[in-house]
Formats: sequence, C-alpha cells, structure tokens
Amino acid sequence: MELNARIPAGPIQDKWTKHRFDMKLVNPANKRKYSVIVVGSGLAGGAAAATMAELGYEVSCFCYQDSPRRAHSIAAQGGINAAKNYQGDGDSIYRLFYDTVKGGDFRAREANVYRLAELSLAIIDQAVAQGVPFAREYGGYLANRSFGGAQVSRTFYARGQTGQQLLLGCYQALERQIGAGRVKMHNRHEMLELVVVDGRARGIVTRDLISGRIESHVADAVVLCTGGYANVFYLSTNAKGCNVTAAWRAHKKGAGFANPCYTQIHPTSLPPAGDHQSKLTLMSESLRNDGRVWVPKQQGDTRPPGQIPEDERDYYLERYYPSFGNLAPRDIASRRAKEMVDEGRGVGPSGIGVYLDFRDAIQRLGKEVIAERYGNLFDMYANIAGENPYEVPMRIYPAPHYTMGGLWVDYNLMSTIPGLHVGGEANFSDHGANRLGASALMQGLADGYFILPLTLGDYLARGGIDKIDTDHAAFRAAEEAVAERTKKFLSINGKRTVTDIHRELGAILWEYCGMARNAAGLKTALEKIPALREEFWENVRVPGDGQNLNQQLEHAGRLADFLEFGELMCHDALDRDESAGGHFREEHQTEDGEALRNDQDFAHASVWEFKGVGQAPVKHKEELTFENVPLATRSYK
Amino acid sequence: MRGVAALGESSVGKKILMATTGLILYGFVVGHMVGNLKVFLGPEVFNHYAEGLRVFGDPFFARGQLLWVVRVVLLFAVLVHIGAAVKLWLRSRAARRHPYKKFDNLAFSQASRTMVWGGITILAFVIFHLMHLTWGNVHPDFVHGDAYHNFIAGFRSWPVSLAYIAAMIPLGLHLYHGLWSAFQTMGVNDPNNNQWRRPLAMAIALVVVIGNISFPIAVLSGAIGDDVPAATAVVVE
Amino acid sequence: MNLTLHVWRQAGPDAEGRFETYQAEGISEHSSFLEMLDVVNERIIADGGEPIAFDHDCREGICGMCGFLVNGEPHGPLPATTVCQLHMRHYQDGDELWLEPWRATAFPVIRDLAVNRSAFDRIIASGGYISAATGSAPDAHAVPVPKENAEYAMSAAECIGCGACVAACPNASAMLFTAAKVGHLGLLPQGQPERYTRVVDMVATMDEEHFGHCTNHGACQVACPKEISVDYIARLNKDLRTAKIRKSPNIR
Ligand SMILES: Cc1cc2nc3c(=O)[nH]c(=O)nc-3n(C[C@H](O)[C@H](O)[C@H](O)COP(=O)(O)OP(=O)(O)OC[C@H]3O[C@@H](n4cnc5c(N)ncnc54)[C@H](O)[C@@H]3O)c2cc1C
Ligand code: HEM
Ligand code: HEM
Ligand code: SF4
Ligand code: F3S
Ligand code: FES
Repeated sequence: MELNARIPAGPIQDKWTKHRFDMKLVNPANKRKYSVIVVGSGLAGGAAAATMAELGYEVSCFCYQDSPRRAHSIAAQGGINAAKNYQGDGDSIYRLFYDTVKGGDFRAREANVYRLAELSLAIIDQAVAQGVPFAREYGGYLANRSFGGAQVSRTFYARGQTGQQLLLGCYQALERQIGAGRVKMHNRHEMLELVVVDGRARGIVTRDLISGRIESHVADAVVLCTGGYANVFYLSTNAKGCNVTAAWRAHKKGAGFANPCYTQIHPTSLPPAGDHQSKLTLMSESLRNDGRVWVPKQQGDTRPPGQIPEDERDYYLERYYPSFGNLAPRDIASRRAKEMVDEGRGVGPSGIGVYLDFRDAIQRLGKEVIAERYGNLFDMYANIAGENPYEVPMRIYPAPHYTMGGLWVDYNLMSTIPGLHVGGEANFSDHGANRLGASALMQGLADGYFILPLTLGDYLARGGIDKIDTDHAAFRAAEEAVAERTKKFLSINGKRTVTDIHRELGAILWEYCGMARNAAGLKTALEKIPALREEFWENVRVPGDGQNLNQQLEHAGRLADFLEFGELMCHDALDRDESAGGHFREEHQTEDGEALRNDQDFAHASVWEFKGVGQAPVKHKEELTFENVPLATRSYK
Repeated sequence: MRGVAALGESSVGKKILMATTGLILYGFVVGHMVGNLKVFLGPEVFNHYAEGLRVFGDPFFARGQLLWVVRVVLLFAVLVHIGAAVKLWLRSRAARRHPYKKFDNLAFSQASRTMVWGGITILAFVIFHLMHLTWGNVHPDFVHGDAYHNFIAGFRSWPVSLAYIAAMIPLGLHLYHGLWSAFQTMGVNDPNNNQWRRPLAMAIALVVVIGNISFPIAVLSGAIGDDVPAATAVVVE
Repeated sequence: MNLTLHVWRQAGPDAEGRFETYQAEGISEHSSFLEMLDVVNERIIADGGEPIAFDHDCREGICGMCGFLVNGEPHGPLPATTVCQLHMRHYQDGDELWLEPWRATAFPVIRDLAVNRSAFDRIIASGGYISAATGSAPDAHAVPVPKENAEYAMSAAECIGCGACVAACPNASAMLFTAAKVGHLGLLPQGQPERYTRVVDMVATMDEEHFGHCTNHGACQVACPKEISVDYIARLNKDLRTAKIRKSPNIR
C-alpha cells in the first residue's frame, strides 16, 4: 500500500486554489452519465450527495436511520467555527488554521487543515442561504461565541442545536434533489460490504433493514461519510447506531486505517447510573466556567455532598493546575477524574463520577445569574439525573465522544482504494490527535459541500472506469459473504446477548485503551479482545430471522466489526509509543501529567493495512511536515 | 388553478371555505339573536322588525326581495359548509383506519370534538325551528304575519321551549370552537394577541346562547307575552 | 420497581397485531423508558423470544427517531420530553402501561412499535427547502435578519420530525409538522421567493400522503416534544389562502 498524499505544491495559501485549477472537469452534458454512491446522510454525506446531484451526477445515498435527517450530526450542540472575523477580534483563516494544527497536537496534515480554515467562510454563507436560523444580534447580524477556550469569538450557533439546524439545512437541500429525482435515497439500508473491481471501488452491498433483502448497488465511485466509531466503547455520547462497519468493511478490502487510537474523551458527560445505562449524555463544557470540580478526600465516603465539610473536599483540578483550575483542557480534566474514581473516591450511587459544584458560584453571583447562564442545561440535568443541581452538586464523568482516527485519505479525500472517497468523521480527518470544539461540523460540511464534489469530478474525469453491472462476479461474491454472515449470526443461538458482549468489549477498551493507556494494559487488552471475539462467535444469541426488521441482528453485525476493530485500536495505541492529544501513554508525561510528544519518531500518521482477522496488521507511515506552524508543546501551567 | 375555486382542491382550502361560510352563518346567528331581543319591547316593535326584515332595502328592492337574497346566501353557505364538513370528516376517518386501544385526547378544549355532531343537531334544530316559527307546520296556533304572536304562543309549550334551550348547548359549543377555529383557519394570528382569541370566542358564544335562552324562559316565566291571549282552543283531532 | 407492560406486537407490515403482556422486573428508577425496554428485551431474548422492536438512535431527544404512545399519550406524560428522555422515576412500582405505535394511515407499522414515517420526507421533498445550490450563496451578512424573526423561525425549526403531532391528532393530521417548516422558512428573507409555491406544494403532498385535515384541536402542540405552537398552523393557512386566491401572490 503506497501512501501518496497528493499535496499540491506551492505556498499553503494557494494550494487549494491551484489544485482546483489543476483538477480535470467533467463536461456538464456528461455529468449525468456518471453515478456516485454516497453512504451516509450526515453533514458530510448529505452535503456531498446534495451538491453532486446539483452538479448533475446521478447519486444514490444510503443511511441506516428511517430518514436522512436523523444522522448523528443532529446531536451536535455547541456550534461551528468559521474564520469570518465578524467580531473584528483579530481572527483570520491563518489563525484558525494555526489553532487547529496546534490543537491537534501536531499530528494533522497542514495542507488539509489550511483548506478547512479557508472553506469555513463559505460554509456559513451556504448555511445562511439555506435558512439555517443561527443566533443573531439585535442589529440582525450573526452572533458569535468563544468556544473551548479559543482566544477569539468565531463560533456560530443556533441555540443548543447547531448540529440539528445545519443538518436540517443540508437535509432539505438533499430532499430537494430527491424530489427532483436526481438522488435516489435508500433509508434503513445498512452497507455491509464494499465491492472492489479491478482495484477500484465500484459499489456496495446493503441489507434492507425492513425486508432483510440483501442488495447490490453499482456506481462509478463510492463515498463513505459514515461517522465515527466511539461506540466501540459501548458507552459513548454517540447515537446507538453509530458504527465502524462501513469503514471496517472498506479497510478489509484494502483501505488503510489511520490513527485508530486517536479518540476524544469529553470531560463533562453525565455519569452512568447503573448497568442499565445504554449511552451517555453530554453536558456542555461551558459549565466548567462556574462549576468547581471536587471529590471527597477520603475513600468510600458515602455521605451526601452537603454533609462533607470544606476541609474534607479535594478540589483536585485547582490543586493540580493552580492557574487553569477547573478549566484545564478536556483530556487532562478527563484523566484526573478517572484517577479519582480509580482511587475509590468517586461519587454517586455507582461510585463513578465527580462533583461539579455550583454552590460558590450561586453564592457569588446569585441563583438568577446561574439560571440565566445554564438554565436549560440545569433542567436537562435535573430531568435525567433526578436531582436539582441548584441544591445538590452535579455529578459528571468523562465519556468517549469523538474519534479523530479513520480511513486514511489523500488531499482529494480519496482512500488507498481508487474511487473510494471518505468524508467527515469517518476519515482520519484534519484534527490530528485531538479535535477542537466546534470543528467537526466545519470539517464535515467542508468535505461534503466543497471538497468531495470537486475531487470526485476530477477522479471521474480522468476516466478508465469501465461500465459494469451488479451481475459481476465481485458483487455476487460480496452478496454471498453478507448472506453467510447473516446466516451465521442467526444460527449460533448461544447464551449471551449482543448487548451483554458489547458491554464487556466496552469495559475492556475503557479500562486499557481509554483516557490513559500503558503498554502492559494494552497488551492485556490484546489478549482479552480476541478471546471475547471467539466467545461472541460461539456464544452470542441473535433471535428471529433475517426476513424483517431485526435490531438484534443489526447490532450483532456492528459488534462483530467492533470486536475486530477494537484490536486494531489497541495495536495502534501500543505502537504509538508517545503521548499526543487524545492518546495519552502514561509512560510519556511531564511531571505535571502533561502529554509528552515524541516528534522524533512519531511525527507521522500510522496507516494500518489489514492482513486478516487475528493477524498482526502492517503499519505504513505518512510523515508529517510542519512548515508553517513550528512544532511546540502545549502548556497549561 | 387559482381563485376561490382553487380552495376546494386542498384540505386546508376546504377548511377556509368552511370557515368563511361558517362565519356567514355566525353573523346571521348573532344578528338574529340581537334582532329577536326586540321581543322584549313589545308586539309593535317586534312585528315592525319582522316586517322590517321584509321591506329592508326598500324602495330599491321590492318587499321580501332582499330577504330572499339573504336566504339564498344563507342556504348556499349552509350547503357549502356542510359539504366541506362531510368531505373533511371522511378524510379524517380514512387517515386513521386502525383506532387506538388507549388514547388521551389532548385537545385544548373538548368542544372541538363536538363539531360534527353539534353541527348535525344544529341542522336538525334549524329545520324544526323553520317548521315551527317560519312555516308554522308544527306550531299549535300559527298566525301568518304575526311574528310576535307566534313567538309567544310557540314558547308557551314546555316541551318546545325545552327543545330550544337544549339546542343551544351544541350551538354554543359549535360557536365557541367554531370561532377560535376560524381564527386559526383564516390565519388571524398575531403572537402578541393570540391569548385573546379563545376568551373572545367563549364570550360571543355565551352571549348568543344566553340571549337565545332568555326568550323561552321569559315567555314561560310570563315576563313577556301577557298581551297575547292563551291559545284559543287548539283543535287537535 | 416492577411494572406490567401491555405492548403492541406486530411481526411485520402486513401481519396481524395484538397486545402482549410482559412483566418488567427490577427496573431502576434512574433508567430511561427505553432502557427499561432494553431490560425487558434482554429477558425476552434469554427466554428465547423475539424482543420488542422500537425505533431509537440518539436517545437525547434530538434525532426524532423514537416515539410511541404510553397509556394513550405520545412520548408519555411529560411535557416537552421525548420517550427516550422520559425517566422511570416518573412511574410507581406496580404501574400498568400500554405501549402502542403511532397510528395513522400515512405511518404504516413496520414492526411492533416502529412505524414508517417516510411520508414526512416526501412532504419536505415537495417544497420544504430554500433552493440555494452549493456555492450560490452571498456573504452571510449580506442580508440582516431581525433577531425576532430568527428566533421565531428557530422555534419552528426545532421540530425533530418525530410524528407525535400526527399520532396525537384526532384527524391524524400532519399540519403542525408541515406548518413548522413553512413557518421556519417563511419567516426568513431567504425563504420569501418560494414562500407561496412552497406552501401549496407541501399541503398538496400532505393531502396525497393520506394525512387528515386540521380542525384545530391543538392536541399536536400538547404532544409535541419541542412544544411547537399551533400559531404556525395559522400562518400556514394564511399563506395558503394568499397563494390560492391571488394570481401573483409575490407582487403586492
Ligand atoms: C453529543 C455530541 C455533540 C457534538 N457537538 C459538536 C459541536 O458542538 N461542534 C462540532 O463541531 N462537533 C460536534 N460533535 C461532533 C460532530 O457532531 C460529528 O463529528 C459530525 O456530526 C459527524 O458528521 P458525519 O457526517 O461525519 O457523520 P454522521 O453525522 O454520524 O453521519 C453518519 C451517517 O452515516 C450513516 N451510516 C453509518 N454507518 C452506516 C452503514 N453501515 N450503512 C449505511 N449508512 C451508515 C448514518 O446513517 C448517518 O447517516 C458532537 C458529537 C456528539 C456525539
Ligand atoms: C348556525 C349554523 C352554523 C354556524 C354558525 C357554524 C359555524 C362554524 C364555524 C365558524 C366553523 C369553524 C370553521 C373552521 O374550522 O375554521 C365551523 C366548523 C364546522 N361546522 Fe359549522 N356552523 C354551523 C352549522 C353547521 C352545520 C349545520 C353543520 C353540519 C354538519 C356544521 C358542521 C361543522 C363542522 C364539522 C365543522 C368543522 C369543525 C372545524 O373545522 O373546526 N356546522 N362551523
Ligand atoms: C331561542 C332562539 C331563537 C328564537 C326565539 C328565534 C326566533 C325566530 C323567529 C320568531 C323567526 C321568524 C321570523 C319571521 O318569520 O319573521 C325565526 C326565523 C329563523 N330563525 Fe330563528 N330563532 C332562534 C334561534 C335560531 C337559531 C339558533 C338559528 C340558526 C342556527 C335560527 C335560524 C332561523 C332561520 C334560518 C329563520 C328563518 C329566517 C327567514 O325567514 O329566512 N334561529 N327565528
Ligand atoms: S411538530 Fe413536534 S411532534 Fe410534530 S414532528 Fe415536529 S417535533 Fe414531532
Ligand atoms: S391536533 Fe390536529 S386538528 Fe390541527 S391543531 Fe393539531 S393538527
Ligand atoms: S432517540 Fe433520538 S429523539 Fe429519542
């Protein structure tokens, strides 16, 4: 597998402009002769499908939900970044580019990040034209907030539902094309195989989740925008259906998987309340602006928080980071919380969680001010946790939230399989080892609206794609494979449920490949996961048949892939013998618990090649060079 | 298609037709109640009013002409109103073939559920009412041209009066939800003042109902009508 | 806590359905309603049965995938709450619950509590958008929008497309859903050019999809997890009237 990033030559500011000129164009009259499959209807997939249809290509789009509008992008709350500099506070494309490279702890590709910052402007214009009701000032102009510790106010938002509004804008553009007959939408269809013919991605095999029918779809090119894999941890802030299946199937067909160990843990989620917990709910990080994080000093202290005197409380973040205190960065705050719980000082019924206390803030500012700042968040907390955060401190705990790793792509967002393009959270993206808040929506839309439609055109225009149909042997074989797997799942008829096994996988990864990792733990995980996978294939029980809606069967398929993928994740984490962003190796930290990068040996993207289930994957490197942003270490002292 | 006829095409359009015709009927009912209040001012005034209805528009229109125009409009309104009601009712039936086992009606007011049956009873009432006070077929002693006499004599009968009073309940509900519903259907909507739409609909409905009920009660209680001699021996073979 | 569930079971779109009774035992009051069903399902599977099918994805009240009636109320008894955000502490030990799918000709049952809501997508596809092809947009500040409009549009745009309004409506009408979109786009300057064609086309599709008409019951607003107001229905009605009666509604 050779990795050619195809980064255009020239100064960083001109690369994309120059590249757009160098790309081949498809004659407008010929566009409808080309067909494209887009898997995913989130911000990336929805935008790509709609835009390519507008350009005239024949597009078919797939999602596993009952409507493209329900893609997980809908859940994004905080906002979307753009270097509009509408606040005149010194923002610029270059600053957004710089912040993103630095925030990614110098593990992203400069050229891509710059393009992302460049395109951020057009995204906001496009969204507003579609009628996305962003927050506005009384003058009628757009409002901005500063997000995730950014020094400038560049985040655009629509109440707490920015992702929803952006996705609906994108969904409406997509529905417009569906109505016009230019996009064929396949709801409740799950991609279960990628079909590669003569070394090019030529189609997919899907299962119709209602009828169970296994279908082949052929096209001249395939685009995957299937989101992230945080659900490998079982408990995450992602929607229940989020999966690695599409990406993993592609990986098994030859697409390199980059940096799978880069996962982001969000520090302020609601803690799990018990074994029944099925997913975790995110609470906005802004809460840390006024809340104080603490745990009891003594282990197993079960007194209600109100009865724990001041001198028996440990405000550990303020203790460790006197200057940053409770605003210490996501990864640091998360790791410290887990330490406390591991020391047996966790709080709440499950002992998993730490307090986020507003008592002092309420005394200082008054209840009204706090209510005005966080009212809706407090209500949400009260509804879920059943406690009144104005009286009892909130309980929070870190949760897997976002995955920076993904299928490796070149500057054209094409994977190592010609014709297979990847956008959004599913690719290894522009975020390096750590994503800044409000940057994922930006990336998904940049990929979907402005990059993929052009780079796909270039790929198609270069020709060499011969006409085939779904009778081709490769499709038959892929259908066979899917049918086989499905039959297998249904025939095992063991003792354990899919959820039960998924929970166990999650626990293993959370323990050994979560916020803090070390060689010994990762090796343990690398023994436990294959064993669990074996048990799965012998002892899982998937009821019913494949002839109609069977959610257990869907989940089984996704878990089967997580059980293979989880192993790769640990491999990568073990191999990356440094700490970088979301990947924290306990062996590599400064005395104050800071991630310690090793730019000497690891200033590269690790791209893994699949060699067979249970076989050691083969690593390829894309060396990363930093010509514009000088390598530097973060410090929060 | 454009213009009023185009309204018939869509469900929303049909509702707009219903609202318009409904409001016409509404206007009649209110005006009719107000007009009838003159009964408290004695025979002359009342009969003069009844006569007035007929000579209205004079000399431009000949006697009764304009009244007929009004009648035709009313009749047309009732037909369109009912026609639309029936069509929409069938649509709503077809929209949920499989009923719920358990279903809480979360509607703002239960009046909205009485519209169809309420309407039908109103229709029945009007027919009876015409036979009673306009044509006199069901009137114990009907004197053509003496509206006041017919009025008083008519309500002297307990069952008839009770029937009138009873009929005012569905009417009131129909007017109450009808007006609020018409506000919505006609898009009379201003977030700053919307909170007044319901009370207003309620108030008008109450006024009409109380006004209408006052007539039979006034007659039965003898508050009015002592100037009309007890029914001169009605012959009932 | 322990509860008794009567759940609508239907093997497939064309199959006969019936209510089955299940015991939900040892349910934590901290679990969400769907987590309670997860527990019940785990039991059913262990006993060799087929679990209850219900749609869900985000479990955060935003994707609009979940939804069924609990004791006759869409999304259960709590205002402004989807069933995935409804927590069991709102029920008492020993409660008896009836779980029923949305019932509307336009929403055929797929299985158990899961229905097909694609009709909503077709309503949007027939006009619920602003035709702004990618790349055609002017600068976002080219057209200022009064804050009031942006906010009022946002309140309509919050619709999550769950279908509870249809489920709650005695006429199985999709007016609130449709009006929310017509209202959202019609309140913004960008939405004006297509304002009148949009409302006509979306209402036409709504009718074709076999939704009922609106008789202004208001149950939809009460059931709506986003508390979308029926005021938007009044707006739609007005726009439709203008569109149908005026020859060229855009030219005043
Ligand atoms: C709770 C939460 C809050 C967030 N808040 C923010 C924020 O404030 N700002 C920000 O920038 N980012 C935020 N993010 C991150 C951001 O929302 C996501 O990274 C981004 O939306 C991903 O978009 P996507 O298009 O790549 O994938 P998704 O939106 O996840 O879409 C995936 C699509 O692929 C389809 N799909 C998946 N697998 C298959 C398959 N096998 N077959 C067929 N179809 C399939 C799905 O149906 C779906 O349509 C948040 C994330 C979470 C979880
Ligand atoms: C005195 C006569 C009547 C008056 C003043 C009247 C008035 C109204 C009004 C104002 C509405 C509201 C329209 C809307 O929804 O916007 C309405 C609705 C309705 N009317 Fe009547 N109506 C009358 C007679 C009838 C009759 C005779 C029927 C016979 C079936 C009827 C059946 C209905 C029905 C079914 C509705 C629909 C409810 C609704 O859409 O809200 N009405 N009426
Ligand atoms: C208690 C209440 C009412 C009283 C006392 C009353 C009285 C009368 C009287 C006296 C007449 C005859 C007028 C005349 O011929 O000169 C009349 C006619 C009529 N009334 Fe009423 N009425 C009442 C309620 C209603 C209601 C509720 C309706 C309709 C919903 C109604 C509809 C009519 C109609 C359609 C006519 C015929 C008008 C015509 O001549 O064309 N009435 N009413
Ligand atoms: S209007 Fe409310 S109830 Fe109807 S679909 Fe939208 S959110 Fe759901
Ligand atoms: S309940 Fe139904 S009748 Fe209209 S107001 Fe809501 S759609
Ligand atoms: S599951 Fe997404 S709204 Fe309930």
